[in-house]
Amino acid sequence: MDLHRHLDDELSSLRDRVLLLGGEAEQALDRAMYALGERDSEVARQVLEHDDQIDHLEVEIDRQCIDIIALRQPAARDLRFVISVAKMAPVLERIADHACNIARAAIDLNNEPELKSVLDLSRMAEHALKMLRASLDAFTSGDAIVAREIIKSDSEINDLYNHTFHRLIELMVTEPATATRDARLLFVAKHLERIGDYVTDICELTVYMAEAAFIKHT
Amino acid sequence: MPVQVAPKIEVRASTPQIPTGQSKVVVRDLNFHYGRVQALHNISLDIPERIVMAFIGPSGCGKSTLLRTLNRMNDVIPGTRVDGQVLIDNHNIYEPGTDVVELRRKVGMVFQKSNPFPKSIFDNVAYGLRINRMTQRYSELEERVEQALKDAALWNEVKDRLKTSALSLSGGQQQRLCIARALAIRPEVLLMDEPASALDPIATSKIEELIFDLKAQYTIIIVTHNMQQAARVSDTTAFFLLGKLIEVNSTEKMFTAPTEKLTEDYITGRFG
Repeated sequence: MDLHRHLDDELSSLRDRVLLLGGEAEQALDRAMYALGERDSEVARQVLEHDDQIDHLEVEIDRQCIDIIALRQPAARDLRFVISVAKMAPVLERIADHACNIARAAIDLNNEPELKSVLDLSRMAEHALKMLRASLDAFTSGDAIVAREIIKSDSEINDLYNHTFHRLIELMVTEPATATRDARLLFVAKHLERIGDYVTDICELTVYMAEAAFIKHT
Repeated sequence: MPVQVAPKIEVRASTPQIPTGQSKVVVRDLNFHYGRVQALHNISLDIPERIVMAFIGPSGCGKSTLLRTLNRMNDVIPGTRVDGQVLIDNHNIYEPGTDVVELRRKVGMVFQKSNPFPKSIFDNVAYGLRINRMTQRYSELEERVEQALKDAALWNEVKDRLKTSALSLSGGQQQRLCIARALAIRPEVLLMDEPASALDPIATSKIEELIFDLKAQYTIIIVTHNMQQAARVSDTTAFFLLGKLIEVNSTEKMFTAPTEKLTEDYITGRFG
């Protein structure tokens, strides 16, 4: 029994760590978008400086998953949980990387003339953040139904991205002088769109963890 | 002795994803009693030909009892009673007039503790062949012994000392010798009751590799307490609890997403 309690403790610690990583990724995105919206390069630099800690956390989670598999040989729901976490950690780290790319873009864009109110970037970011928070909640509660709903909502980000893409291309044509700025904003939009895809991956892993069902590529 | 009353266990209907194929062993509505104690409750199970099926479950769940009903080894225990059917190749082995010696030739058994006879390696493997008069010439006997030792992955280790005592072999070698002894009489079904539980990891690995190779020719049923071993060697796994069959499923499904909560609790170590 002690051994099983020990495994429970380890799984619980793993859950805490991956949620911590999720929180860090969420915060990085939130702050990167703040830096962009408020033209605050200092906050953008803080996002970049903090990224090493996020990378380190991902490696720790990796190690912990390997240790549990090697030493505890989990099965059934425990195995699905550990595998899901092992696959989720790099996804969260990648989200934080996208946040860093947005932060870099913010530093560059803060030297360019501001473009106001013509883009859906903040709406995209709000939706991406909402999806990310909800996906972490669904993972915590093992709620496959909510996870499936979040996956469906990714289409909203895709629609916003398409709209932003076309708007920025128009601007590049009509105002070639600001093409550099518009290209950077296009990359920001792409980063947010990719984050939506990564949240979808997290939700697919939650469905696998809860139901042992593979819904990727279906 | 008080009558043991099994607790009520609810089992959801499930569709086992087990390998299809002709059933070699079919168990139907099998009940088994040790005196007044009922050890098996209404077991029904199909075991396809040439697969490895693992029986798992906590101590006292009836897995070894069920294994021993498959070649009527329990007959030798006084006060036991069995009802229901065990069909091997469509023949009910509990039918009156069944030749139990012939049955045990067809359904060989390897036990937890290796039990070589205090004879030479050669004579151990030749024992069943001799008492069943299964060979005509000594050269044929030699061939059968050699083949059995090769099938048990032991030949290379003992070919130069066949006349030495079997008791001089290591624990792992003795267990493979017992497997060779069982294989020599060419059974069709091989029952293994925790065959590697007393062996070190290297010897265990050899036995497991052997089981993997043997399933091309034999139907193998293994009782094991070692879940990882069940996961490594078997194609299908049956989980028993308090004399009841709770779930039978493909081993892959059993260890990643079992259908029954009781199975899940057991294999994740949260039982009880």
